[in-house]
Amino acid sequence: MNIFTTFKLAIRALWRNKVRTLLTMLGIVFGIGAVIAMVAGGQGAQASVKEVFASLGTNVLMVQSNASRGGGVSGGAGSRMSITWDDKAALEAEIPTIKWIAPMLQQRNAQIASEDNNWNTTVVGTDSVWFKIRNWEAAEGAVFDADTGASNAKIAVLGRTVATQLFGTSSPIGQTVRIAGQPYEVVGVLATKGQGPMGDNDDTLIIPVKTYEQKLSKGLGKYIAGTLLVSTHSEDQAEQTIAKMTSLLRDRHKLDADVEDDFRIRNPAEFAKAQQDSTQRIATLLAIVAAVSLFVGGIGVMNIMLVSVIERTREIGIRMAVGAKPIDVMTQFLVEAIVLAAVGGALGLLMGYGAALYMADYFGWKFFFPADTAAIAFGVAGGVGIGFGLYPAIRASQLDPITALRYES
Amino acid sequence: MSAPLVEMRGIERTYVMGDNLVHALRGVDLTIEKGSSIAIMGTSGSGKSTMMNIMGCLDQPTKGSYLLNGKDVAKLSKAALADVRGRMIGFVFQSFNLLSRTTALENVEMPMMYQGVSSRDRHSRAMAALKRVGLEGREDHTPNQLSGGQQQRVAIARALVTDAPVIMADEPTGNLDTKTSYEVMAILQGLVAEGRTVILVTHESDIAAYASRVVVLRDGLIIEDRQQTPLKAEVAA
Repeated sequence: MNIFTTFKLAIRALWRNKVRTLLTMLGIVFGIGAVIAMVAGGQGAQASVKEVFASLGTNVLMVQSNASRGGGVSGGAGSRMSITWDDKAALEAEIPTIKWIAPMLQQRNAQIASEDNNWNTTVVGTDSVWFKIRNWEAAEGAVFDADTGASNAKIAVLGRTVATQLFGTSSPIGQTVRIAGQPYEVVGVLATKGQGPMGDNDDTLIIPVKTYEQKLSKGLGKYIAGTLLVSTHSEDQAEQTIAKMTSLLRDRHKLDADVEDDFRIRNPAEFAKAQQDSTQRIATLLAIVAAVSLFVGGIGVMNIMLVSVIERTREIGIRMAVGAKPIDVMTQFLVEAIVLAAVGGALGLLMGYGAALYMADYFGWKFFFPADTAAIAFGVAGGVGIGFGLYPAIRASQLDPITALRYES
Repeated sequence: MSAPLVEMRGIERTYVMGDNLVHALRGVDLTIEKGSSIAIMGTSGSGKSTMMNIMGCLDQPTKGSYLLNGKDVAKLSKAALADVRGRMIGFVFQSFNLLSRTTALENVEMPMMYQGVSSRDRHSRAMAALKRVGLEGREDHTPNQLSGGQQQRVAIARALVTDAPVIMADEPTGNLDTKTSYEVMAILQGLVAEGRTVILVTHESDIAAYASRVVVLRDGLIIEDRQQTPLKAEVAA
């Protein structure tokens, strides 16, 4: 029997039991849909994790005085400090893999005010290099240059969120912001950066580091009461840079071999990787659950095909009597199972696409449609049809024509 | 002279039923020439159904040789047997055995699907076969829209559409009233007149009267084999 006729027969047989066909198909539809949605969601979640950490800047390392000695988890400014401005200069001069290095002093929940509005935000004290490390440019006005960044001028660059909260739609450039009672002139507004690992990147205000020390930390000190952001030329230099910085800082701090570091060097890329790994694990787990549901859908196909074979025992007998070979009967049932699974797979593909789109929108992820996964899932659907349809089909083909003809349903 | 259509030698068929060995056929010799009509008679349990199954290539003998149209079919594979059935034999059953929810036309087309006949040829041959049995205009009816006699005529159309030289009819009138039985027998006799061989399995002697030869089985052996002048079934106008 030619394959076209076989497909026509299969579709007709399935059409005859519309409700049953639909219900059986649903198992495949949800199985495939879930697999695709989960894989797409996993990729979207990973991409957004990556994006969040990328907003820190690329190839960035963070050096801090070790606050854990004081017993607190994060003492912040004021806990035992060890990194000095001289350390910064030494790191910059002696380690060639360091591209840029910038101080970053910060105070969370600082109250700032314009003439009309109040806002609590994170005030950062830094210099011009910081903007390069974070790859952050001004949307309006300008960020600090080498001179202004190193000065103690009372100037400020606003993040977009702060600019909007304080000045609404009007341009903040040239206006005055008061921080701890002191007036600062707004010289720039940063481009929008979105979410970062610590929340909204744009909810910040930047002033020169010297000004920060004088006005907010109460006096210039020997120590850096914050973090050093260090960027390397390339990603693969991170490890060796950490090693070199560690040995240089230990030397400078005259630490004996058995003494712990009095500073801490962190690699955000590793956090990103860790977070991506855990996202990946969850995504994989969900995809496995989805795959199980696809498997259950396949069992549904097998179940209904077995019922169908029994119901149509007499039909099989008649077909065999008029000349159907075992292979013809087997093909007929197998093709039915394949059509069932393939149509279900196609619908599942659509459903998965829709679900992925909705999830991306709902969670604010980037939309991914995993074309390769979709192709695999569709192939799996076909495979499910063959795999789970084969046994019932073989059973049908092994029937004895005489017994089948006499079968009373 | 060509080989006989059916040539059975020492056919035996035993079944295992539980712990018992059932001897359905105990050594049957039978030769049937082309173009004849033969009625195989016997009470239930005489072995006539087993004989028809073997003759129709639905079953194989335990012992003995069976030449169908000169070809030994006793040792063929299932697939090869199916092929022989498709080409050589058209079946007509007591319970019609049409596919339900399938039109008369599709039922008649069905055997040709397994022989790779093109869709257009299938259609025209099936239409011709339905016309032959007087069912013109009913080709789109499904079995439950047809009377018993009409259903049996669809079954006959399905049996003859492949141009099979042998029509095997197993109690073809068993579910029909007298008048309808008569019509069905008239069609079968018409097929004999065309040169086909009709093998009739029945326990009714008035049906057997339409055949030119009667073979009677009892306990798995042929006990009677006689020629007769067949009664002629005239088609009522």
